Amino acid sequence: MAENSTVIAFRNVGLRYGMGPEVLCDINFSLPAGSFHFLTGPSGAGKSSLLKLMYLAHRPTRGLVTLFDEDIAKVVRDRLPLLRRRIGVVFQDFRLLDHLTALENVALPLRLAGGVSDADIQNYVAELLTWVGLGDQMHAKPPVLSGGEQQRVAIARAVITRPKLLLADEPTGNVDNVMGRRLLHLFAQLNKLGTTVVIATHDEDMVARFGHPRLQLDNGHIVVPSNASVGGAGAA
Amino acid sequence: MIRRRSDLQLEADPSARFLPWVIAVMVFLAALAMIGAFALDSLVRDWRDSARDTATVQIAFDEAADMDLLVTTALDLLRSTPGVAEANSLEEAQVADLLEPWLGDTGVDAGLPLPRLIDVQFTAGSRIDAEALEAKLRAAVPGATLDDHASWLGRVIVLARGVQWLALGIVVVIGGATVAIIIFATRAGLAAHREAIEVLHLIGARDGYIARQFQRHCLMLALKGGVPGGVVAALVLALIANLAGRLDAPLLASAELGVVGWSVFILLPVLAGLLAMFTARATVLRTLRRMH
Repeated sequence: MAENSTVIAFRNVGLRYGMGPEVLCDINFSLPAGSFHFLTGPSGAGKSSLLKLMYLAHRPTRGLVTLFDEDIAKVVRDRLPLLRRRIGVVFQDFRLLDHLTALENVALPLRLAGGVSDADIQNYVAELLTWVGLGDQMHAKPPVLSGGEQQRVAIARAVITRPKLLLADEPTGNVDNVMGRRLLHLFAQLNKLGTTVVIATHDEDMVARFGHPRLQLDNGHIVVPSNASVGGAGAA
Repeated sequence: MIRRRSDLQLEADPSARFLPWVIAVMVFLAALAMIGAFALDSLVRDWRDSARDTATVQIAFDEAADMDLLVTTALDLLRSTPGVAEANSLEEAQVADLLEPWLGDTGVDAGLPLPRLIDVQFTAGSRIDAEALEAKLRAAVPGATLDDHASWLGRVIVLARGVQWLALGIVVVIGGATVAIIIFATRAGLAAHREAIEVLHLIGARDGYIARQFQRHCLMLALKGGVPGGVVAALVLALIANLAGRLDAPLLASAELGVVGWSVFILLPVLAGLLAMFTARATVLRTLRRMH
């Protein structure tokens, strides 16, 4: 992808679930490649819904979403996996596969992408798990891990393929401050290597400490334009 | 080490418990039905071959006639007829033996008016006009009739063919029921693992990757049930063949299965496995397209 190209762009996007009210209204923004944003807002503001649109779990009810220069409304089903493999997602509820070990959970995206030998997968995953402090828990299954440990496995799974776009929903909500900072540094490191990062969080201290621009959501609308092409339709 | 285990914990599904049993029963029934069809086919062929070259001449008992003379006249006529390879009269004792199943083994009453029978063998491939031959016989020997078995054999073959079609119909119904059960089990599995499947999709799994997990699972379950089902069917058939062998039943003597028949026992579990595999794959792919 060219330097400063747009990774993701929303134009007049709206989302509603079934016949309910719109949970996201007239969302307009674009994120340049290599940018780092915090997605903030009160509970129920629509942060998770916005992330779901970004990682292609949902399609917008209206408007245009462009991901890696592709209009997702025109992306055929068979191509979706290829787009998703360029996105790393840390789910708020982790969504680990309970019958697989931490090692196997983190290895999944690499195995799905293919092209990496089992031995290399083993090495990469073990190294990353050690880095996030789970070197001695590699063969443990999620049900026996604490919330914070599961969160770190989920983060390792999201970053193992060095995705082009990293989306994290409250990624430090279950870890202590030290580990939280350590994980944020991991995201910053990936960001320096070119990954575009969006982190949904309630943690104002963290937002202030790292100083990255924010997308502020309130009641389904973006209310505070950041300095990264966020705001009215024409700004993106 | 990273184990190549299924990303979906399908082995914990209820289907893992009931599907092998269901497939075992299906394979058992299908094997018996198919073997029955093959055995009948072999029997029909043999009946037809043996009946084609034989006939029976019956001379009705006539108190006023010299029965031995009538038999000799008929034998002379038959032996001089082109296409007749052999004609032999059955002794009264042999006729009595034939009647034994109906009259008991206490011996046939000497005064019983028994017809005289002549067993006729035609030259292989000869085309004898049975009606013309019977007319000639009647002219020379009053009360003689010729039975070339065509009428009896025709009815038996119609019955046998009907039973064969019924057996094949049963196999088709069993196949259909198996497909329906696999579809049901696969859909239940998809519903049970919906969350995990969604996660796999979101981290880049293709539908085919998920379908492979189900098809491998169903293949293994089908083989796990199909092989024992086929083995039990073979054992049951061997038992039936053993019991049938003790009967003095010439009509069943040629009920040989042959290579094709026996290969059913090997092929059916494999076919059941393939049927389960492809059904599971098609079900997963179609359902996933509807789900997302």
